[in-house]
Amino acid sequence: MGLMTFKGGLHPYEGKEISMDKEIKDYFSKSDMVYPLNQHIGAPAKPLVKKGDRVLRGQKIAEAGGFVSANIHASASGTVKAIEPRRTSGGNMAMSIVLENDGAYESIDFDENIRPLEELYCDDVRDIIREAGIVGMGGAGFPTNVKLTPKDDEAIDYVIVNGAECEPYLTSDYRRMIEEPEKLIIGLKIVVNLFPNAKGIIAIEDNKPKAIKKLRELTRDEEKITVNAMKTKYPQGGERQLIYANTKRRLNSKMLPADVGCIVNNVDTMIAIYEALIEGKPLMDRIVTVTGDAIANPCNFRVPLGTNCRELIKAAGGYMHDAPGKIIAGGPMMGKDMISLDVPSVKGLSAILCLEENVVAEMEESNCIRCGKCGGVCPSGLMPAKLAVLSARGNLEAFEVCDGMECIECGCCSYICPAKRHLTQSIASARKQVLASRKK
Amino acid sequence: MSELRKISASPHVRSELTTGEIMLDVVFALLPASVVGVYNFGYKAFLMIVVCIASCVAFEWLFEKFLNRKSTVGDFSAVVTGLLLALNLSPEVPYWMAILGCAFAIIVVKQLFGGIGQNFMNPALGARCFLLLSFTGQMTTFSYDAVTQATPLAVIRDGGTVDLMKMFLGSTAGTIGETSTAAILLGLIYLLVRKIISPRIPFCYIGTFSLLIFVYALASGIADPFYFLGMQLCGGGLMLGAVFMATDYVTSPVTPDGKVVFGVLLGILTFCFRMFGASAEGVSYAIIISNLFVPLIERFTVPKSFGKGAEHHE
Ligand code: SF4
Ligand code: SF4
Repeated sequence: MGLMTFKGGLHPYEGKEISMDKEIKDYFSKSDMVYPLNQHIGAPAKPLVKKGDRVLRGQKIAEAGGFVSANIHASASGTVKAIEPRRTSGGNMAMSIVLENDGAYESIDFDENIRPLEELYCDDVRDIIREAGIVGMGGAGFPTNVKLTPKDDEAIDYVIVNGAECEPYLTSDYRRMIEEPEKLIIGLKIVVNLFPNAKGIIAIEDNKPKAIKKLRELTRDEEKITVNAMKTKYPQGGERQLIYANTKRRLNSKMLPADVGCIVNNVDTMIAIYEALIEGKPLMDRIVTVTGDAIANPCNFRVPLGTNCRELIKAAGGYMHDAPGKIIAGGPMMGKDMISLDVPSVKGLSAILCLEENVVAEMEESNCIRCGKCGGVCPSGLMPAKLAVLSARGNLEAFEVCDGMECIECGCCSYICPAKRHLTQSIASARKQVLASRKK
Repeated sequence: MSELRKISASPHVRSELTTGEIMLDVVFALLPASVVGVYNFGYKAFLMIVVCIASCVAFEWLFEKFLNRKSTVGDFSAVVTGLLLALNLSPEVPYWMAILGCAFAIIVVKQLFGGIGQNFMNPALGARCFLLLSFTGQMTTFSYDAVTQATPLAVIRDGGTVDLMKMFLGSTAGTIGETSTAAILLGLIYLLVRKIISPRIPFCYIGTFSLLIFVYALASGIADPFYFLGMQLCGGGLMLGAVFMATDYVTSPVTPDGKVVFGVLLGILTFCFRMFGASAEGVSYAIIISNLFVPLIERFTVPKSFGKGAEHHE
């Protein structure tokens, strides 16, 4: 059988070799921790502490502000210094709890939270996951317990772990699959058991043979779990592409994975589920890859959430030269340019990527030569050149007719365009306008 | 450390491929045909190529300078136009006429419509047709070995015979670049391997044309239908047109299905022009007419998006 894949996409320079063999290192900051109240999709969390309160690591400091929202826990011990707007890696200001870190990392007693798995009903499992503040850690930040509560549990056929890690340079999921595969498998089993008809799939791109081998060995006797090797191609880890590659089921922008019987979670999320249920720990840390050709000593760090990003760069040996051309939160294809480095690491931050000045990426736009390459790589089967023209003309109606809303903003079209047109950017801006007008 | 960096939207990395590189690849693909042309027709052909490339580049530079536009000379598209036009001319054409053709190609067909990517007609072909209509006599005077001769297609039309092998290799009368099928096929392989073009247009074009010719040959009782087909394929500008002009990005459909429709349409039109038209040639007009249908073809061949028709699972 050939490798699983989807149509379209491309294979940019991977850049993973510079950090993929670096073991996960703990990094404990001694300075202030900042917890934005909106590091997930949905309503912002509501603070449970006030200025001057002393908190311990693991203590809930903000609670979900609605059904689609998430709790936030302190990742260090110390005193609440302020609750005020702070800048986030996306560039915006967000109300945040600022903790003066005493550096002791004194924690609550996690063992108290542990309940034997056998005694738990499905809803208890979901409650524990909700209580632990777990959200999708691939970047989107959708509350996991909501994802795990579809309309009909019996309709779920597959629980897929997204181990594609298709974005260049990122290696945090890979390290976890290599270093903590047992936790991943147990996490997956817990989720699979929530659904009577579900099978578990761990889907990994074939540029990570070690991870595939290790997980296959460990799941040899697990009837309900398979490890699928997928072709190394961006955006193999896009939700719709991943589901298609593994199940041949298609979904569009109006559907959720559950509509085609699938639940997708990423590696970090699964391990967070393990830690919540087995170790009694809420979500307090995550793996952040600090990498890129501008970084002296690329690293995979396990960092307490809220750690300052500038500090992480310093911990990775700082820059090779004066200043990098670009600092990106996330991967190079979909990540966001960081305006400031004095921002906290949040639940959805998988990497800080520092790149040297790149000539090609900064080339000026020239006329479209109608080569059709953008359409060829579009995983959504769209005509990006046309959508970009419609967006520039402000013709949102035609934009929607041409399925512009199906764009997943993967960046493939801009990447490939020989005229260096900013296709993704203009399509994204039209999508934003359409979404805004729908809300009205 | 300064924190002022250029902020831009994702993706933050781009492929190395540029318009200029694509155009250079097309030039490379045209080299075999150019070399055979020079070998066949001597210094006259070489000079013609130099004159056409130089004047296309010059007209592009001058026009953009004149209008204060950013110069696009660096993208090599004018080089491609010049080379293609030269390969589409008889070596007997006077240079001033060729230069006039270049001016027409670059200024009228390309720049007046907004420059690269905006024209609806292939500039080199537009110029060739313009010259054909204006100077029919000189444009259709061909020679081989310095002796004025009819092209193979014209010879056969008038009842003569031509050695098919000669036609395949290119030692016949014709325009500078069209005579050698072998050299053009080399170029085609290069373009396909480098993924510059998709095989859809040339294959559908040549396939449709062959089928029609073969059926026609059978129906009209031509003695050797295979010979007739072979010489129709190797003769005239069919190969040069199918490989290099019909596949011009700007003037052919971008949609995959559209490319198929476009190729089939070209095959039909070329067949009709050649079999029922007044001249033995028909490729240039077929391509130019099909160029006009591109927007229409694209409108009806929009690809299906990934999630179209996606269904809920019970
Ligand atoms: S890739 Fe760029 S040049 Fe090619 S068709 Fe798309 S927008 Fe035009
Ligand atoms: S960014 Fe959108 S339009 Fe461009 S390739 Fe990705 S899905 Fe297609």
